[in-house]
Amino acid sequence: MNSSLVVFLKEFRENLRDRRTVLNALITGPLIGPLIFVMLINVMISRQLSQAEGPLRLPVIGATNAPNLIAELRQQGLDPQPPVADPIAAVRNRDVAAVLRIPPAFGESWHTGEPAQVEIYYDSSRRETQQVVNRLKEMVQRYSRLTGAMRLVARGLSSTLASPVLVDERDQSTPQSRAGALFSILPYFFVLTVFIGGMYLAIDLTAGERERQSLEPLFVNPVAPWRILLGKVAAICVFSACSLLICIVAFTVAGRFIPTEKLGMALGLGPVFAVEVLVLMLPLVLLIAALETLVAAFSKSFREAQTYLSLLMLIPILPSIMLSLFPVKTASWMYAVPLLSQQVAITELLLGGSVTAAQIGTCLVCGFAVAALMLAVTARVYGSERLAISV
Amino acid sequence: MIQVENLHKAFGEVRAVDGVSFAARDGEITGLLGPNGAGKTTTLRMLYTLMRPDSGRVLVDGIDSGIDPLAVRKRLGVLPDARGLYKHLTARENIDYFARLQGVPAGVAAHRRDTLIKVLEMGDFVDRRAEGFSQGQRVKTAIARALIHDPKNVILDEPTNGLDVMATRRMRQFMRDLRAEGRCVLFSSHIMQEVAQLCDRIVVIAKGRVVADEPPEALRTQTGESNLEEAFVKIIGSGEGLAA
Repeated sequence: MNSSLVVFLKEFRENLRDRRTVLNALITGPLIGPLIFVMLINVMISRQLSQAEGPLRLPVIGATNAPNLIAELRQQGLDPQPPVADPIAAVRNRDVAAVLRIPPAFGESWHTGEPAQVEIYYDSSRRETQQVVNRLKEMVQRYSRLTGAMRLVARGLSSTLASPVLVDERDQSTPQSRAGALFSILPYFFVLTVFIGGMYLAIDLTAGERERQSLEPLFVNPVAPWRILLGKVAAICVFSACSLLICIVAFTVAGRFIPTEKLGMALGLGPVFAVEVLVLMLPLVLLIAALETLVAAFSKSFREAQTYLSLLMLIPILPSIMLSLFPVKTASWMYAVPLLSQQVAITELLLGGSVTAAQIGTCLVCGFAVAALMLAVTARVYGSERLAISV
Repeated sequence: MIQVENLHKAFGEVRAVDGVSFAARDGEITGLLGPNGAGKTTTLRMLYTLMRPDSGRVLVDGIDSGIDPLAVRKRLGVLPDARGLYKHLTARENIDYFARLQGVPAGVAAHRRDTLIKVLEMGDFVDRRAEGFSQGQRVKTAIARALIHDPKNVILDEPTNGLDVMATRRMRQFMRDLRAEGRCVLFSSHIMQEVAQLCDRIVVIAKGRVVADEPPEALRTQTGESNLEEAFVKIIGSGEGLAA
């Protein structure tokens, strides 16, 4: 039997008996991502929807000063709440998103035809209140425009005189594209799952084995180090691929619980999506297994390897963060960069875009090339005489 | 037959092995004796090709380990200083794993394994997982897996380390059995009694050099000491790091 296969079968069988590995690869790793994601998305979507369409509950100070204005705002969806004593403090302390204040002089200005003032207290550094404030401003301005037009008409003038230029907004966003930022984090969960699924095993099979003093006897056998490495990396890949598979299935199931229909969009979370993600992620399975083994080979102990890998785990999140902070046009070179290519391709697929066969091909070829390079570097380290020495 | 010719190995400034030469013959037990830190383990690691010597060479049955390390490993049965087992596997599975890595055909391996289990008296724990094995059980399993391919040459790094009195006696008898089968047995120790009792030839190492390479009687005659312990102390220059 091929000695790599011997190593693979032994590692596979031994680690199936290790509860910690199995738990890590088949439950914690793959299921935490979808769980967090679905919860997060649900909270974000329902919050956005309630802010955009639900009644606007805001404290109003001096409502009696302008009963007509309030009646009109009620029509538009404002639900006036009892006034607060100190509007500045209320906004600063984040008790309310905004406060509408109508000064006592409102009625007098109104009747004399002077501009009547209303005050909106808010904090523009609180980005989450932006939508609420904009809605409130728009409501007041609409009332102002309407009244202005009626005053002109009452004087026999055309209401269009006061608005010489008209802006006609033609928003080209789709519900899909508006939700894009929300979902650009999703590919990171897949990468994270592959990372976590193989991490414990990768550390155990090199740093752990050295610490338990079984690496030296293993290397005394007449088997070239790179063959041993291949067997071990194959075992890591199988475990992390299982993690990934479970994670993808969990996402396709969990996707049904995301209220996407409220956003008027359909996520492409079907079986086809699952297969495509699996294929796109395959180079990363090998790349990450080789990388984790390399780090484990350099570390002096299990703990050291764990520390390094926990830090390394943060790197794959970079493309996700970059793309959600600085959305850029997807360029074809991105499909040649591992991690970035998965990020771009999976996001595209998720939001109903199309990824060509050539792009998938580029992603796979470049991904596997980098993985092979990583494997070659790891094999070199495996061949060094310091690797097996325990103390 | 293991021949060692002028081995050198340095770790940075430290010259761990500094010109070691000796030969271990078939049908003999050769003891490598020296205080802790004398370079015994480093020498052995170069013999079983885990480390590459800076200069010098090792011949096992005439094969140069620098040229064909894999062929050399096939002819060696090694109990290294590190003797960790796979704790989720049974003793039998641990042995079988090494048999497959050595490329021993399954039928031959099974027969050889059963013989070793009998000789090493492993019957009562062979199908238990290695987790929680006693030191003696661990060493027995490590020896069985090291000898599963029936090697002509056997290298044992401090084989009685950590064993109790009874286990130590059995281990010594086992080494005599290996010699009786015509094998070349090379073992290291820092225990003088053990070396004196077992060896046909003693190679004394101190500070990375061979300071004596004689049969036990010759050592006594050479130093003029009737007591072997005194003889060693005289050769090495101090009694530091040696155990009686």
